[in-house]
Amino acid sequence: MDLRISGADQEFRDEARDWLRRHVPAHRLPSLETGPGFAAHRAWEQELHADRWSVVSWPRQYGGRDASLLRWLLFEEEYYAAGAPGRVSQNGINLLAPTLFEHGTGEQRARILPEMASGATVWAQAWSEPGAGSDLAALRSTARRADGGWLLDGSKTWSSRAAFADRAFGLFRSTPVEESGARHRGLTYLMFPLDAPGVTVRPIGRLDGKPAFAEIFLDGVFVPDRDVIGEAGRGWRAAMSTAGNERGLTLRSPGRFLAAADRLVALWRRLGDPGDAALAERVADAVIGARAYQLSAFAAASGEGGPTGAASSLNKLHWSELDLTLHETALDLLGPEGELADAEEWSEGYVFALAGPIYGGTNEIQRDIVAERLLGLPKGRRG
Amino acid sequence: MRFLLDAEQRGFAASLDALLSAADVPAVIRSRAAGDDAPLRALWRRLADVGVFALAVPETYGGTGLLPVELVLSCVELGRHGMPGPLAETFAASTLLESVGQTALLPGVASGQVILSLAAEGGYAADPDLADAVLRVGEGKAPLRQSLDPARRVGLPEDAIAVESGAERATGLAALCTAALALGTGRHLLAATVEYARTRTQFGTPIGGFQAVKHRLADVLLQLDFAEPLLYGAAVALQDALPSAGSDIAAAKAACGEAGYAAARAALQLHGAIGYTDEFDLSLWIRRARVLRNAWGTPSACRRRVLAGRIDG
Repeated sequence: MDLRISGADQEFRDEARDWLRRHVPAHRLPSLETGPGFAAHRAWEQELHADRWSVVSWPRQYGGRDASLLRWLLFEEEYYAAGAPGRVSQNGINLLAPTLFEHGTGEQRARILPEMASGATVWAQAWSEPGAGSDLAALRSTARRADGGWLLDGSKTWSSRAAFADRAFGLFRSTPVEESGARHRGLTYLMFPLDAPGVTVRPIGRLDGKPAFAEIFLDGVFVPDRDVIGEAGRGWRAAMSTAGNERGLTLRSPGRFLAAADRLVALWRRLGDPGDAALAERVADAVIGARAYQLSAFAAASGEGGPTGAASSLNKLHWSELDLTLHETALDLLGPEGELADAEEWSEGYVFALAGPIYGGTNEIQRDIVAERLLGLPKGRRG
Repeated sequence: MRFLLDAEQRGFAASLDALLSAADVPAVIRSRAAGDDAPLRALWRRLADVGVFALAVPETYGGTGLLPVELVLSCVELGRHGMPGPLAETFAASTLLESVGQTALLPGVASGQVILSLAAEGGYAADPDLADAVLRVGEGKAPLRQSLDPARRVGLPEDAIAVESGAERATGLAALCTAALALGTGRHLLAATVEYARTRTQFGTPIGGFQAVKHRLADVLLQLDFAEPLLYGAAVALQDALPSAGSDIAAAKAACGEAGYAAARAALQLHGAIGYTDEFDLSLWIRRARVLRNAWGTPSACRRRVLAGRIDG
C-alpha cells in the first residue's frame, strides 16, 4: 500500500495550486443564489475555463485535461484549500455531462459540453415534481410527439439553480403508464431552454430566503429531437446513471470537507474553550470524518474508476452527515455570533448543509439502497 | 499512490480466513473461559505456522520485521473470527523485547511458542496468565481478574518487566492492532446479523424487510466502511514512519472502536433475547466489542489525540 503522490501527479497538483494562488478572488463573491452572485460566479467559471481548470477530468477536446480520478481529487483539495468560489456550473458538470458521455451523441457532446465548460450555459436539474419526490417514477409531466420534436407539459419543482440558469434537463412521460406497463418505462430524458416560449420559472426561497431553487411550469414547450438524450421512452436508465453521480464522489469531493475541517480546527484554536471536552470531541470527529472520506476516495481512485451504484449511496450518507457535523460544530464554536446570518462563511454553508440529507435522493432512500443492494436485505414496499 | 491491498496480501488474508473458519474458534473461546488454555495455545501455534506472529519480530530473530499493513489485515481476520488471547499485546511487546534485553524470547514469539502481554501506563495487561512474559509501560501491580469478555482476564503481575524506551511506538502499535480487531469483530457481527434478519420472520415476513431494521444495519455498514480506510491509512503512516502516525492511529482507533461497538449494539438489538444469552456464540463477539472499543485508547482519548495532533502539528 502506498499513499505517496507520484512526481507527475504532484506536478499537476502544484500547477493547480499555483494557478489558484494567482487567480482566486481576494474577497468572497456574493452568494451564488442571488442575481449578482450568480453573474459573478459565472464569470469565475469563464476564468477557470480559460486555463482549462473548469472540468479537469474531461477530455481535452471539450476543455478538460483528461485528469485521472486521483488528479481530480487532488485538484479539488487544492481548489477548496485555496478558498475558491462555489461552482455555479456543478449541476451540468456533475449530473448532465456524465450522462452525455455515457448516453449522448457526438453531436450533443460537441454542441453542449464546451459551453458548459466555459459557463456560457449554466444548467439546472428538473427531476422532482409536486407529486414525485423520493418516488421519482411517479412523475406526470409529459412529452408529446410533435413534428420534429416534442411538446412538454406539466410542472417540475425544487429545481436547483433554475432561478438564474439558462437550460434544464429532466425526465418526461412520453408513453402513459397504461400503455408502457410500468412506471419506469415510457420516460424520455430531455433538455430544454428555460427562456423558451411556454416556460414559466417561479423562484422559491430556501430557508434563508435566497432563491436557490425554483418551480418550472411547462405549457406546450417545443423541444427538437436533437435534445433527447438516449432513446425516447428509455430515459430512466440514463437518469439513474446520473443519479449515481449526484450521490457519489463527484458532486461533493473530499477536498471540500478537508478544507472545512481545517477551517474548523482554526476556529477551535481561536475560540475553543479547552475545558469544553464535548465540543473538542466534535471538532475531532469532523476532522476524522473528512480524513476517512479522503482515504476512501484514494482507495476508489486506486481501483477501477470511482464508486458507482449502491456504493455511491454510502458516500452520500457520509458526506451529507459530515457536512452538517462540520457546520453545526462551527456555529456552536461561534457562540452568540453563531446565529448571525453572516456568521463568517459558516452560516450560508450551514443552510446549504441542511439540504444535504434531502437532495440527490433522501438519506432514507440511500439507506434502503445500501440495505437492499449491498447487504442483500429484502426489498421493501418502496418501488 | 496505490491504496489497495495487493494480490499477495489478499491471499494471505484468505489463507487466515480459511484456517480460522475450520478451527471452531467459539469452542476455543469457551475452553479458555472454562480454564482450559490448551486449544487456544494450539491454534496460536497454527497461526504462527502461517506467519502471523512473525509480523512484528525483527528479521534477525526469525521474523519479517515490522509489517504494519500485514499486521492490520491479520488482526481484521483474527477479530472477525473471534480469536482470543493477547494478540495486540503480543505484537506490540514483540517490538520491545530487544530494548528490555529479552531477545531470547523473540524466536519463540515468531514460532508461536511464546505469548506476550503488555500493560499501558495506568492499565492492566491482557491475559497475563497466558503470557510467558509481561511488559509494563508504567508502574504498579494488580491481581488477575475476569473481563466482561469471557475469554479475557486482566491484571498486572509483580514480575512484569518495565519498559524504558520505545513505549510510545509500541502502544501505538497495540492501538492499531486493537482497532483492526475491533473492525473485524464488527464485520462479523454485521454479517451474522444481516443473515439473521434475512431468515428470522415475525408478522409473517423476514424482519430484514422492515425499514427500522434495514436502516440500522445500513448505518453499521456505513460506519465500518469509513473506519476501514482510516485503519489502513494509519498502517501506511506507521510503515512510512510519518510524523502523523500517532494521530492517524488515534483516528483509526476511535472510528474502528465505535464502529465495532455500534455493530455489537445493532447485533444484540436485532437478535433480541437470543443475542442476550451466554450460550449463543454471537454473544462472544458482542461482549468483546465493548472491551476492544476502550482498550489502548477510548474513543474520547483518541479524539483528544487527533485534535492535539492538528493543533500542535
